[in-house]
Amino acid sequence: MTDTTIIEGKGRTLWGDVWDQYKTHKGALIGTAVFMFILFAVFLGPYIYKVDPQYLNIRDKNQGPSLTHLLGTDQLGRDMLAQVLHGGRVSMAVGVIAMAISLLVGTMVGLLAGYFKKLDGPLMRLTDLFLALPLLPLLLVIIMLFRDTLRGMFGPETGIFILIVFIIGATSWMHTARIVRGDVLAQKEREFVLAAKSIGTPSRRIIRRHILPNVLSPIMVSATLGVANAIITESALSFLGLGFPSDFPTWGRLLFDGANYMTLTPARVVWPGLAISLTVLSVNFIGDGLRDALDPRIRGR
Amino acid sequence: MKITNLFMAAAGASLLASTVIAGSHEARGRDGHANIIYWQAASIMNPYLSGGTKDIDASSMVIEPLAHYDENGNMVPTLVDEIPTVANGGVSADLTSITWKLSEGLKWSDGSAVTANDVVFTANYCMDPNGGCQQLAKFGDVTGVEALDDLTVKITFGSAKPFPYGPFVGSTTPVLQAAQFANCSGAAAPTCTEANFNPIGTGPFVVSEFRANDTISLTANTEYRDPAKPAFESLTFKGGGDAASAARAVLETGEFDYAWNLQIAPEILAQMEAKGMGTVLSGFGPLVERLMINLTDPSASLGDARSTVANPHPFMSDIAVRQALSMAIDRPLLVEVGYGKAGKVTCNVLPSPAIYDSPNNAGCEVQNIDGANALLDEAGWVMGSDGVRAKDGVRLSILYQTSTNAVRQDFQALIKQWWSQIGIETELKNIDAAVFFGGDQSSPDTFQKLFADLEMYANNFDGTDPEAYMGNWKCSEIPSPENAWLGGNMPRYCNADYDALVAEMAGTADIAERARLAIAMNDMLMQSYSIIPLVHRGNVAAAANTLKGVKLNVWDSDLWNVADWSR
Amino acid sequence: MFNYTIRRLIFTIPTLLFISFVIFFILDTAPNDPTGNLPLTIPPEVREKIRISLGLDKPMFFRYLLWCQQFFINEPLNMIEQWFNITIGDGDRLRVQSWATRSPVVDLVVERMPQTLWVVGMSYVVGIIIAIPIGVISAYKQYSWFDQIGTFISMLGFSVPTFFTGLLLIVIFSVNLGWFPSIYDTTLKVDSWGNFWLQVKQMIMPVMVLAFFNAAQLSRFMRASMLDNLQQDYVRTARAKGLKERVVVLTHVLRNSLIPVVTVIALGVPQVFGGAIITEQIFKVNGLGQLLIIGIQGADIPLVQTLTFIFAVLIVLFNLIADILYGLLDPRIRYD
Repeated sequence: MTDTTIIEGKGRTLWGDVWDQYKTHKGALIGTAVFMFILFAVFLGPYIYKVDPQYLNIRDKNQGPSLTHLLGTDQLGRDMLAQVLHGGRVSMAVGVIAMAISLLVGTMVGLLAGYFKKLDGPLMRLTDLFLALPLLPLLLVIIMLFRDTLRGMFGPETGIFILIVFIIGATSWMHTARIVRGDVLAQKEREFVLAAKSIGTPSRRIIRRHILPNVLSPIMVSATLGVANAIITESALSFLGLGFPSDFPTWGRLLFDGANYMTLTPARVVWPGLAISLTVLSVNFIGDGLRDALDPRIRGR
Repeated sequence: MKITNLFMAAAGASLLASTVIAGSHEARGRDGHANIIYWQAASIMNPYLSGGTKDIDASSMVIEPLAHYDENGNMVPTLVDEIPTVANGGVSADLTSITWKLSEGLKWSDGSAVTANDVVFTANYCMDPNGGCQQLAKFGDVTGVEALDDLTVKITFGSAKPFPYGPFVGSTTPVLQAAQFANCSGAAAPTCTEANFNPIGTGPFVVSEFRANDTISLTANTEYRDPAKPAFESLTFKGGGDAASAARAVLETGEFDYAWNLQIAPEILAQMEAKGMGTVLSGFGPLVERLMINLTDPSASLGDARSTVANPHPFMSDIAVRQALSMAIDRPLLVEVGYGKAGKVTCNVLPSPAIYDSPNNAGCEVQNIDGANALLDEAGWVMGSDGVRAKDGVRLSILYQTSTNAVRQDFQALIKQWWSQIGIETELKNIDAAVFFGGDQSSPDTFQKLFADLEMYANNFDGTDPEAYMGNWKCSEIPSPENAWLGGNMPRYCNADYDALVAEMAGTADIAERARLAIAMNDMLMQSYSIIPLVHRGNVAAAANTLKGVKLNVWDSDLWNVADWSR
Repeated sequence: MFNYTIRRLIFTIPTLLFISFVIFFILDTAPNDPTGNLPLTIPPEVREKIRISLGLDKPMFFRYLLWCQQFFINEPLNMIEQWFNITIGDGDRLRVQSWATRSPVVDLVVERMPQTLWVVGMSYVVGIIIAIPIGVISAYKQYSWFDQIGTFISMLGFSVPTFFTGLLLIVIFSVNLGWFPSIYDTTLKVDSWGNFWLQVKQMIMPVMVLAFFNAAQLSRFMRASMLDNLQQDYVRTARAKGLKERVVVLTHVLRNSLIPVVTVIALGVPQVFGGAIITEQIFKVNGLGQLLIIGIQGADIPLVQTLTFIFAVLIVLFNLIADILYGLLDPRIRYD
């Protein structure tokens, strides 16, 4: 009889391993830090910097950065820093939630279409239909039908927020679905899937435990692009009058309003543009880090 | 006496001599090429099939009416020698007919002669019931158009018309060539693409290439009646983009010579002009940006009876509230922020032409927050703890809608802030212009339905006569479900005295009397505060400094005198 | 594979018909109105007459069938007549007409093809040419400074909207430096070296703006795909066999990585025809994107219906091509 000494050591879990790998990705760490900073700035900032973003002071219009207005003012004398902070809340919320919706729908459609041959045809034709729909008239119709009911139920701003997030999510999932489907079609024929099938693993477990982790790569890329796309689409909607009320600042809208004042007060475009770019970049690096950490072939390299 | 006559003769002779000598130095087409940019591209060269300003302006370079309005609002003859009036017998004494006499020797650009037949044909072309002619309103009440001989046209109206200059005056109703449009009447009108894109006209230019919604290439008309004009051999009329980039193309990069309708923030325009390559031109027509107050209840709970006269508005029916809304607005600041040189403060909905401008409403130029607050206090509107006034359970909470436009959104923000200082809570809404101004029955956002407490937009009228415009506020013009919301009386203003004045004006011929009536109607509207005027807006255009002869015309097409342009 | 293709092709016809009906329904239900952009001086009664003359008083289904007949029967007949110089029937048939220009929609599309292909098509090609090397090198030298900077610039290209980059380029290069024209001249005929050079000058800015935008997306996908493949066992085998690094990367890894990227490229082609709306507006390139947006804003239903349907056909077609390519290139894929 051999005495087996049980060596007590630090327990290793999947998520612990993932976090260990994530920590080594410098870009992801910086990205996480920046993203956290932006998050805190937009959610807690307005409590510290208590200037009302909608307060107009015409005498102060079109000023550059100064002590009273840290980032300058716009053509009506509204403070830019307050607008960027408040606008950040909406833009980030729209960006993240709309991206989550489109990611969810797109991944689900892609997985189902790629794995089940019978669903492939109808689901892909549905994707084609959505791709072919003209976005602007569709928006006009949806807004016309639902704006007043939602406004009545949730109040003007929350109602529009729900509508916009839903619209952006419902019209940007197609790209993700196609890419994921392509990858699933490739993964489906691999040996480990065949092995899992041969021992009788039900389809849903195969999809969830075997296929989904291997198609994370395109999903992560779509997530990043999705956030940027959502923020920019929201600004296009506001520009067309289909978005938030005009006195409600969002980054995309600030960028659009300030575009023509570029030569007069460049601060107006630099800050919202920087905010959008930093958010997208940080989400991108986080996505990179996550993908590396979740890929068992890279982990522990 | 004799000596002065002699002097006059000598002066006249030398003038004649100099023009003859000067004329021989000026040749058609000497100045080469010019470029015009309209940020809304032209879709068609036939103003009868498209009433859009860009299409009217584009076609005005090629086809012309019998008379134009000049930059001061006066009529100038174009294809005729003199404007018919009662005095010279052109207009019948009972005001039911007008006779136009074409000038001798006018030719179409293909060489054939211009005859009265062409005028008759054009009138019938527009009045055809199946044609969908967009300028039908100009031919309203015309019972007959006949050619008395080759050069004389008589237009007969159904009732006495004090102002019979509707048809064929102004670029909205030019004369088309009967031969070219022969098979294009009625339902066939839209199918004549060749004619609609390349009309044969009497104007200074002819179309050499027409790319719809993009560019028009034009060359000088060799059959044009003045052999020394136009000074330009060729012209490019480019469309697309937005107002700011159009302004940039003229004022900062010099790629274009003329840009139309520059609705841009004044400080940006000023900065562009400072570069020194071009000049910003502005002119004031009757365009007034105003607030239309809904005198009826727009509450959604009323269902089909929403915004109809059956239910008066819970608080807008109180004139004290409407007056306070007007008093709280700082109009000079609105002008400065939104239009700069291209806007003026106005207290009248009819500020132009000058004879119709009422002097009785001055005082709105100064913002009076304290006075507004006092007025509301007096009327019993008590300030609540949330900063919003209320009376008998009705809160002063306003939904303020307008079309999507950067300047309008700026105005909304400013006005919202001022109204919050007098205890009124405002929610802002902006709607896509094509929906707001469209007539789609199923949309709740049109400006006729006015499912809000007030709305803001700008309106004006064609030509110099305000009769049709002031007639917009008759009781019969109230939009409602019964008339499919086809009406021009957005505030739902109904006053028997006002209707009486409108009827009186329809029968009055004397200009001074008409002016008195128009002023009285304007005063009635202003003093009821159902319409709150904000800014008298001008047209803004930019022209390169090298371009000469441009006269910005707010009463007609911007390009009405393109024949006179030179470098 | 062949059966799959035939099956898909047959299935596209009912799909497209259904799509065309959905599009028409949406366009008709949308609350904008063709008389909405006309000056307010035109009274409401005249506007109603205009709407009737456009056919808007007829029921929706009737108008849809009319469009179907005009587009599916009359237009092809017209095309056959033009190509073969013959006359079928009496030659006088109603074609799909835009309400704004009162001219056949297909003619408008053909008129705008040159500038669309020149500017937007060229930018797509340039975008691909830029994206693939960036993606490959970024993946190969993962986490190096090239990767970080490449990521930064490509993300910038994607996260900053085109209306901003376009405007910035115009302000720098047209207004301040005066090197390039800010407005595209669609009537420029390239018949001499001078004109060719002018064409290049007026194309540079819009092409760079769009290429920047496209390259961002493609390079991200290229990099992700390369990273996936660089971990594969066959790469280790190839290196162990002693193959030169360049051969390993460019011959083996790149080819396999290109598979998903090729499908992304194929899927992006329909966007060339209708997706560059903002850039076309800014530089006044006046291609198909601008035509579409003018149609939508003017509630020009026949124009938008026809254009959107053409895009739908392209989308369905290129989806099919992407699927077939994917099946051909990747031996692991089995459709049947």
